[in-house]
Amino acid sequence: MTFTDLNLGLATPEIFLAIASLVLLVIGVSLGDKRMRLVAWASVLALVVAIFLTASDSNSGLAFQGLFVADGFARFAKILSFGAAAVAIVMSLDYAERENMARFELPLLMLLASLGMGLMISANDLISLYVGLELQSLALYVVAAIRRDTVKSTEAGLKYFVLGALSSGMLLYGSSLIYGFTGSTNFSILASALTGDAGLGLIVGIVFLCAGLAFKVSAVPFHMWTPDVYEGAPTPITAFFAAAPKMAAIALFTRVLVGPFGDMVGQWQQIIIFISVASMILGAVAAIYQKNIKRLMAYSSIGNVGYALVGLASGTQEGVSGLLTYMAIYIVMTIGSFAVILAMRRKGEAVEEIGDLAGLSRSQPALAYALAIFMFSMAGIPPFAGFFGKLFVFMAAIQAGLNVTAVIGVLASVVSAFYYIRIIKVMFFDQPTESFDRVAPTLRLVLAVTAIVITFGFLAASPFVDMTADAASVLFVE
Amino acid sequence: MSIGLEHYLTLSAILFTIGIFGIFLNRKNVIIILMSVELMLLSVNVNMVAFSHYLNDMVGQVFAMLILTVAAAEAAIGLAILVVFFRTRGSIAVEDVNVMKG
Repeated sequence: MTFTDLNLGLATPEIFLAIASLVLLVIGVSLGDKRMRLVAWASVLALVVAIFLTASDSNSGLAFQGLFVADGFARFAKILSFGAAAVAIVMSLDYAERENMARFELPLLMLLASLGMGLMISANDLISLYVGLELQSLALYVVAAIRRDTVKSTEAGLKYFVLGALSSGMLLYGSSLIYGFTGSTNFSILASALTGDAGLGLIVGIVFLCAGLAFKVSAVPFHMWTPDVYEGAPTPITAFFAAAPKMAAIALFTRVLVGPFGDMVGQWQQIIIFISVASMILGAVAAIYQKNIKRLMAYSSIGNVGYALVGLASGTQEGVSGLLTYMAIYIVMTIGSFAVILAMRRKGEAVEEIGDLAGLSRSQPALAYALAIFMFSMAGIPPFAGFFGKLFVFMAAIQAGLNVTAVIGVLASVVSAFYYIRIIKVMFFDQPTESFDRVAPTLRLVLAVTAIVITFGFLAASPFVDMTADAASVLFVE
Repeated sequence: MSIGLEHYLTLSAILFTIGIFGIFLNRKNVIIILMSVELMLLSVNVNMVAFSHYLNDMVGQVFAMLILTVAAAEAAIGLAILVVFFRTRGSIAVEDVNVMKG
């Protein structure tokens, strides 16, 4: 084995992010919290460079002796995750300064979490899966508790940590069983060794692995941490949680099930159908009673993960391509919605109740129309992008013969339309209260871009669908 | 009677189950939850090393070493979060982790 056998070139974006975060750590420590803005913009720049490095390198292959894989699927997922992380850092700047949490560690931890996401998306071995996932999770636990002077934030961090550690334990137990009953941890070797029928030990291993991963994507029945963590964590952090790590975890989930266990669809399909149907129903029903908009977004994200998993449940290339389309649109909608939630400030205080949006269309029409676009899109009303996301996953499900799942999905989406449209009703028809403070320029930019993408996204639908189809096809090459 | 693979697997399954029950049935102290998490991770290590010996393959032991290191980092972060929680809430009883409900 020589140095060149490691194929380090394929991991350039991750190596760059690792070096950048270490350099920024030194800079942050020597300059102190006063220069948080500098570290934050440098982190954004590092993520943009990482996106550029990811997009410009079209080589595929294995690196680090088969532990790391670079392919079209990984590139697609990484660009989305890094992009979402960069936008989340930009959105956190103003909030951090106003809410007295402007520490240079905040952007740095988000950068480290992004590095973990890159590694887990590119994992080609149970060991690198675990290490990547933990690098991401450990950074996220700290970020959730970053407002260490408030009970809510620290409690969110504590809950996230305990349940995250439990899920890591289940994932590891599953990994150990898979290793023991197949004799390998490498995805490529597993894929060629596993062909259809499996012993009980292996099945138990896969179930534990699925349970651990379902925790990370917050799918029912492992969703109980989501509402509390989303409500307790500072709002820009919640926006980050709802977008970037979710994309990375879903991509990892897909790679693990379709890659090494691709020939065992019969064994895992039932599990995924169950968790996706349960997530869609719970996301639709539980959100109806929520008054806090961050809690509502938490249940909405549980429901959205359910829709995305419909694509995975079909186990076909169309399904995975639909899943990628859905997640890309979901990320843009979520970031846009959270930009509006971040703009909900009255006399310098952040407000989070849905009732606080009353009469927004008269006091700040631009904000109200932007949120209306995101809510219509989440409810799946054409021509907004959210409709197409749902269309592609449900079409894939029907092609794979999962008619019942698709029907339940459509019904759940009708139920969830109730609470999305209730927000629009509150904004446009309720009596106005005091108006919100002036919206920060960075938030306005984020809002404008996301609203335009969601509204006019259908114009670019066909090249985009080709892209996701290309990305998904990588996983199905024999 | 010689000790075989199945004995190690049974031991590890029992430890893992005790760990899970420790997290869910414990109503007293968050520290006990942290101990339960450690127990779960260590039971996985027993599994890994037993399989590694049985399969005559080093990968399981490498994995076990990585689990040990990550578990140490995880415990450090968990205790740090617990300390900031105690400072704001003044208690680490499980029933006091209840500001947000749902």
